[in-house]
Amino acid sequence: MIINHPLLGPRDSAEFTYMGDARLINRPDWQADDAVAQFTDYGYLRDNPAGAHRELWFHEGGDRSWLVVTRDTTTHEITNVELARDVARAEGRSK
Amino acid sequence: MRYSGFKVIKEALTGHRGWGPAWRDVDPQPAYDYVIIGGGGHGLATAYYLASVYKQSRIAVLEKGWIGGGNVGRNTTIIRSNYLLDGNEPFYEFSLKLWEGLEQDLNYNAMVSQRGILNLIHTDAQRDAFIRRGNAMILNGADADLLTTAQIKKRYPFLNTENARFPIKGGLAQHRGGTVRHDAVAWGYARAADQRGVDIIQNCEVTGFTIENGTCTGVETTRGAIKAKKVAACVAGSSSRLMEKAGMRLPIESHVLQAFVSEGLKPLLPGVITFGAGHFYCSQSDKGGLVFGGDIDGYNSYAQRGNLPVVEDVCEGGMAIFPMLGRARLLRMWGGIMDMSMDGSPIIDKTHIDGLYFNGGWCYGGFKATPASGYVYAHLLANDTPHETATAYRFDRFAKGLMIDEKGQGNQPNLH
Repeated sequence: MIINHPLLGPRDSAEFTYMGDARLINRPDWQADDAVAQFTDYGYLRDNPAGAHRELWFHEGGDRSWLVVTRDTTTHEITNVELARDVARAEGRSK
Repeated sequence: MRYSGFKVIKEALTGHRGWGPAWRDVDPQPAYDYVIIGGGGHGLATAYYLASVYKQSRIAVLEKGWIGGGNVGRNTTIIRSNYLLDGNEPFYEFSLKLWEGLEQDLNYNAMVSQRGILNLIHTDAQRDAFIRRGNAMILNGADADLLTTAQIKKRYPFLNTENARFPIKGGLAQHRGGTVRHDAVAWGYARAADQRGVDIIQNCEVTGFTIENGTCTGVETTRGAIKAKKVAACVAGSSSRLMEKAGMRLPIESHVLQAFVSEGLKPLLPGVITFGAGHFYCSQSDKGGLVFGGDIDGYNSYAQRGNLPVVEDVCEGGMAIFPMLGRARLLRMWGGIMDMSMDGSPIIDKTHIDGLYFNGGWCYGGFKATPASGYVYAHLLANDTPHETATAYRFDRFAKGLMIDEKGQGNQPNLH
């Protein structure tokens, strides 16, 4: 698989470490009343769809940036690559 | 019909006209006591033990394609019970004992071959860890044998014990481990279950669950609705896709694992060997092909095919211990989809929906577990309590911090 890195251009997926569902960006609020239940879901449950999947790839063998890759799990076709930083900021995660 | 040597000779002399189909081709009934979703090894074994051991009846196995067409026909056929943890080892040892009596039990030649499995040791720390695991195995009634390099050299003279980076310093052997003809496991269980009245319904995909007031009362299928007192999901690899129809999210990611077969060679590999410094395991099939594999590709996939970096990694692992592998040509390679769970161990449990049961999360260790998985799942279905060897395989172990993590990797499914 070739991942089209937003800064570096097309890179071999073997340079990356796969870290799973991009929803992991949305760490729950540790002060919420049901924080334990939320963190259990966050830590252990996954959607695991057959089809489009947004997922985190870490460019460990490159510039060490985190990417959000949209990839079809039935064909491995990659349709979108974003910097995880941009995704997180757009969701209000990082100030 | 009972299979026997006498029957083979009789049929040989009479033109092989007396063999009937090994199981009936049936249409679904409107209602059953038990509907098992998934006609793989585990589902068929569940049906067989429900009927034979737990004396239940009105059982159906629903399979979306043909039985044995999924992971039971895509694995590397290894059986073993060389686990460390208390939650696992009694279960896998129970499974190995069932393998030992399987062919007599089913009256079917599954080619169970206890040719032994050998885990190679490459460092002193690894030896300590393997000794500990061997002791855990022995404490649970399994067999384990620590071999020296000289003993290994005697049985496997071609192994590269002097590799500068990965010297072989010994090995942990389980002599009762080995291989089984995987397709025959599905066929043997199907035939034996069918003989006990189980309906095996192929080309019947489950499209939804009928859930009323928190109770599952049946399934919707491509061949109509089927009512059931108990519905048992058993579709490892596709567990998330199936259980999503019941509104459940699982502690599972689906990953692809590749396997490889070389061209047929003369007998050279008497048992199963595994490389301890990378991830590579290899056995030789009765047709002569070297059957081997290694790590999963490491990203979510339902594609049943993998990518080249892992092919290279697996072959490098093989070449490190087994340099002559480089002279053999690859005949086939393929991928299968694994339920990778959050701690590397399976789940066999009731769900929060009454009447709906779940068996999955087998990672890439499901084949060896086939008999015990079916047995303990049948126990759970019949009695609503877990079998004594499967009490740890609960859904709530993640919330309670009771993970069964053999490798100590945490909730990162692609590392298990």
